[in-house]
Amino acid sequence: MTLRGWVTCAVIVVLALVPPIVSLVDNAFILDMATRFVILAIAAVSLNLILGYGRMISFGHAAYLGIGAYAVGIPAYYEVYNGYLHILIAMSVSAVFALVTGIVCLRTRGVNFIMITMAFAQMVFFAFVSIEEYGGDDGLVIEMRSEFGSLIDLENASVLYYVCFVSLLLILYLIRRIVRSRFGMVIQGARGNEPRMQSLGFDTFRYKLACYVIAGTICGYAGALLGNFTNFISPEMMDWTRSGELIFMVVLGGTGSVFGPVLGTSVFLFLEEILSGLWLYWQLVFGVFLILVVLFAKGGIDSWLSGRRTH
Amino acid sequence: MNSDVLLSISDLYKAFGGVAATNQVTLDILDREVHAIIGPNGAGKTTLVSQLTGVLMPDAGQITFKGNDITYMPAHRRPHLGMARSFQITSIIHDMTVLENVALAIQAKAGHSYRFWRSADSDQNLTGPAMEALRGVGLEAQAMQIAGPLSHGEHRQLEMAMVMATAPVLVLLDEPTAGMGQEDSTRMIAALQVLKGSCTIILVEHDMDAVFALADRITVLVEGRVIATGKPDAIRSDETVRQAYLGEELEAVTDVPGSGSSGTVRHVC
Repeated sequence: MTLRGWVTCAVIVVLALVPPIVSLVDNAFILDMATRFVILAIAAVSLNLILGYGRMISFGHAAYLGIGAYAVGIPAYYEVYNGYLHILIAMSVSAVFALVTGIVCLRTRGVNFIMITMAFAQMVFFAFVSIEEYGGDDGLVIEMRSEFGSLIDLENASVLYYVCFVSLLLILYLIRRIVRSRFGMVIQGARGNEPRMQSLGFDTFRYKLACYVIAGTICGYAGALLGNFTNFISPEMMDWTRSGELIFMVVLGGTGSVFGPVLGTSVFLFLEEILSGLWLYWQLVFGVFLILVVLFAKGGIDSWLSGRRTH
Repeated sequence: MNSDVLLSISDLYKAFGGVAATNQVTLDILDREVHAIIGPNGAGKTTLVSQLTGVLMPDAGQITFKGNDITYMPAHRRPHLGMARSFQITSIIHDMTVLENVALAIQAKAGHSYRFWRSADSDQNLTGPAMEALRGVGLEAQAMQIAGPLSHGEHRQLEMAMVMATAPVLVLLDEPTAGMGQEDSTRMIAALQVLKGSCTIILVEHDMDAVFALADRITVLVEGRVIATGKPDAIRSDETVRQAYLGEELEAVTDVPGSGSSGTVRHVC
């Protein structure tokens, strides 16, 4: 097995053992950290589907986290706690949002694409800021987490964690299948040489749009988990800086593999945690680190592990 | 030769900033002929091909293919009618393997690609015909290599495999021997000789050896205009063509063996 394979397995095993370890050392904070990590990893993995495999650099991916979270928060505000309904709303609203904005965004390239995805995300951000009913920029407290019958009780922190963890595994598997399928080959072909793909007979716009919608829908699901986890949602969750952080997680981990963004998310959150405890102006150091990664570690942690440079 | 018209171009016009790159081009391409389009640099050959493939849209005129008006049809729909093209500057997907490149060409014609689950790399319906096409151009040994680092000659072979993989009706070859050495170029001409008769080929080419070895008919473009169309012998001896373009280059190839038809010399225009 390659080094990359070992690291992947190790990370998954450690994540699977977090709740028992936490109950041993009796430190609930670790479980909170781990839950947040797993949810953000899902978001980063979904972003990588468009960013890494399709080179669609979306600077608005956090919008789906917000949409997903509000899909839990708003029904809960009206005392509707059906979890299946929450997830259905989170994913379908995200899909529609991705479809409508994607039709516009995907007509542009490069920096324009980055700016326009960011603009759409900011529109959602300001929309929620301005809706006083749901707390505006003060946010909204969720009294009770989504209900999934008696079997799954999200109020139990370990159960919530395992729901997130299993979701991450399933989504990693799903995306792995997608990138190796015929559809995935079209997306990667369009990344490599779009005019060629068109001359072969592929309507690349539609395939990219479908990919954009899949990524947004998955991230909307992550958002529903995030809303449940935090019990408090605010527009700040989908601020453009959050989208930027997701991009950094992906780039840091490496865009060349399905699992890379998980590693990127872990390193990102770890450094954030360590540095913010050390110095008030930790973001200064963090920023320098990120710049160095972008400049010198092309392909991210993943390519370093697999010993090869990717595109 | 079947004299049915496969592709018909009439009064095609395309200008860039007031300069006509394609100027009232009218041209019929016959079924199963090899039709070479030649002309000096800047004659508008690539612009013409781009309009035929839908990369550029003409300002005026009409293009019909098998009787269908395709003048403004999007580029990605034309391959489904049986048109395929190669590019002057090699256009492959560099970070995929040779086999995956050709498999994509097969996949493009194998219905929609909204198939999310099965692995494409292990799909015999794609890899089988793709290997076949690679064998056809002598590139099967490199099938599993990443396409990018291969040599220029191998890139051209791969490009040809991608064009031929789907058994197209009409093939547009934009300078298939561009940048090739004598040896590779001869091999490419031999490969094209094999194709001759099985499909219609529009050949845009600078290499006069290739043109006279392959073409059934030749069209000469100068400054966006068709100045002559005819059989190779007729083009070779045409005064207008000589003055405009061929000149001494032509003298050198007058005695090329197997240079298509040997009809009587006549003027065209």
